[in-house]
Amino acid sequence: MIKLMDKWRITNHLLKHSSKLLFDRRLSANSHNSVFRSALECSESLVKRGFGNASTIRYRCFGSEATKFERNAAFSTLNSEDVSYFKELLGEKSVIQDEDVLLAANEDWMRKYRGSSKLLLQPRTTNEVSQILKYCNSRLLAVVPQGGNTGLVGGSVPVFDEVIINMGSMNNLITFDKGSGVLVCEAGCILENLVSFVDDHGFIMPLDLGAKGSCQIGGNVSTNAGGLRLVRYGSLHGNILGLEAVLANGDVIDMLGTLRKDNTGYDLKHLFIGSEGSLGIVTKVSIHTPPKLSSVNLAFLACKDYFSCQVLTYLEGVRNPFSSSMHNFYVLIETTGSEESYDREKLEAFLLSSMEGGLISDGVIAQDINQASSFWRIREGIAEALMKAGAVYKYDLSLPVEKMYDLVEKMRQRLGETAKVIGYGHLGDGNLHLNISAPRYDDMVISVA
Amino acid sequence: MKIMVAIKRVVDYAVKIRVKSDRTGVETNNVKMSMNPFCEIALEEALRIKESGLASEVVAVSMGPAQCVDTLRTGLAMGADRGVHVEAAGQLYPLTVAKILKSLVEVEKPGLIILGKQAIDDDCNQTGQMVAGLLSWPQGTFASKVVLDKEKQLAMVEREVDGGLETLELDLPAVITTDLRLNQPRYATLPNIMKAKSKPIKKYTPQELNVDVKSDLEVIQVTEPPKRKAGVILSSVEELIDKLKNEARVI
Repeated sequence: MIKLMDKWRITNHLLKHSSKLLFDRRLSANSHNSVFRSALECSESLVKRGFGNASTIRYRCFGSEATKFERNAAFSTLNSEDVSYFKELLGEKSVIQDEDVLLAANEDWMRKYRGSSKLLLQPRTTNEVSQILKYCNSRLLAVVPQGGNTGLVGGSVPVFDEVIINMGSMNNLITFDKGSGVLVCEAGCILENLVSFVDDHGFIMPLDLGAKGSCQIGGNVSTNAGGLRLVRYGSLHGNILGLEAVLANGDVIDMLGTLRKDNTGYDLKHLFIGSEGSLGIVTKVSIHTPPKLSSVNLAFLACKDYFSCQVLTYLEGVRNPFSSSMHNFYVLIETTGSEESYDREKLEAFLLSSMEGGLISDGVIAQDINQASSFWRIREGIAEALMKAGAVYKYDLSLPVEKMYDLVEKMRQRLGETAKVIGYGHLGDGNLHLNISAPRYDDMVISVA
Repeated sequence: MKIMVAIKRVVDYAVKIRVKSDRTGVETNNVKMSMNPFCEIALEEALRIKESGLASEVVAVSMGPAQCVDTLRTGLAMGADRGVHVEAAGQLYPLTVAKILKSLVEVEKPGLIILGKQAIDDDCNQTGQMVAGLLSWPQGTFASKVVLDKEKQLAMVEREVDGGLETLELDLPAVITTDLRLNQPRYATLPNIMKAKSKPIKKYTPQELNVDVKSDLEVIQVTEPPKRKAGVILSSVEELIDKLKNEARVI
């Protein structure tokens, strides 16, 4: 356990070294500026109208519209000595130079970004991660940490020839306390495996996302993944009790507490949650899991306009505007509770009165787990479907709930016929996944937008 | 023509079931229960026949404890017109169910009975056949396609059998049991759930129907299947032959 003075020393250390950290800022040709400008405009108009808490909206300064950038010459190039060193350190099996494997690891899930890394490492212990980073630091070799490689915005793949440090081999479940529901595991554990494990003991993971079959908990933590349960169980900042991470120079920082309440020293783990690997590689995670409630009800609802959706501030929003059915908006609501018939009655009463009040135009309640899974498949499969539909530009935005859809409409106005604008996301969290679907990737779409 | 559909409340298909510690059965406390998937398909088929104008009414029947009413409400929400609940405690085996259905047939006088081919909790695959036997009605089981001819009072049933598909022509009244590929059941929409609240559910007891629920069957023990033993990786062909000869004794 790190004492107070140590924590302070490490914070200093982090801040001093962050500029030297082997870190890639991704500014791709698909610049996000136009969208953020629109988001800013929305916020602007809010401020102008003096709309409630809008005056507390801060403006962020986004990077310049750089469309090209070059490999930093300060980083070294991999040579055969490096490869031998790694082979000796990790063993032949954990050092991968196989072209096919590298091809997959160099490319992101969306198939938009491709790096040119020549080496993939699969450490099995924190010590190995530490040794790798220490060596790369001394040799000035750039690295990129990689988990399940399910990210949709190109953060998990190399930009140039960085060494890929894949955490997939560190997939041990360390401990699980059945009384408190605290799970300690290594960063490479696949989320769905964790879900099944805690399920057997009557608990659930506080986060759930469509990528659960492949995404790893270390990646979830590093990106502060939200997911489908955030509105009920809160963000990872609340659920992660501790972390173990390795800094860029190889130092291991042990913040792996398992206590619900721990106010000793500085709560450094929060810096790592959402830091996207820029401060260090997360190697172990301690997470609090809520108890599994037996009654789950799921309703799929259709609404005429966005205003009606908002009022159903339950869990999340689903929108599929270009569907051929009559409805403009779809909302998927899941409730969990301890008594099925009571919960079902409550949900039905709420939904029926909403229908009478005109908030919902139509809806369906899942009658068994299979139906529930098929509804979830629709919502979780949106990203997949968009990928199959052609080229997609994705933006993940947090907005005030009442303004969530304005951005979609504005983009629609700007793009006209050139592309379809799809908005879906998490209604309860105010999180919009703005997607622009075009037949193929086209700079013109970006310039218009 | 009235269609009677029997629906069973079972442990939800997607639940990971556990055997009770006293080995008398499967744990059903605090476990999600739903309509048997094959019964859902049966009800869907009945509704489609009604919607095509060949039937006037669909009656859903369920037997068991009070919670069966929930399953009946789902059936009514899907579109059944009326529900019948035969309240009985304890385990009901296929022969008892068949006898109760026979008594109900004498009351309701349907022209067609549709059931699921089997329940996913006991996998008996007996009730439909027994009902047909008791009523002396023709039966078309494992139906993957049903076409009714109202004038000739016939049902053409395509059945899934081991060798392929078999087509039968049944004189109505008849008993049909449904297989998986017959149709895809509809979802219960909110407007229908609302309407279902006012649809009537008639209650009976087995005594009122003159059926004795005592069964000749008794479940003695329920156990999990034996755990699969881990495989062994051998290092050479010689070792394999040795193991096959001396341990497995197959050569």
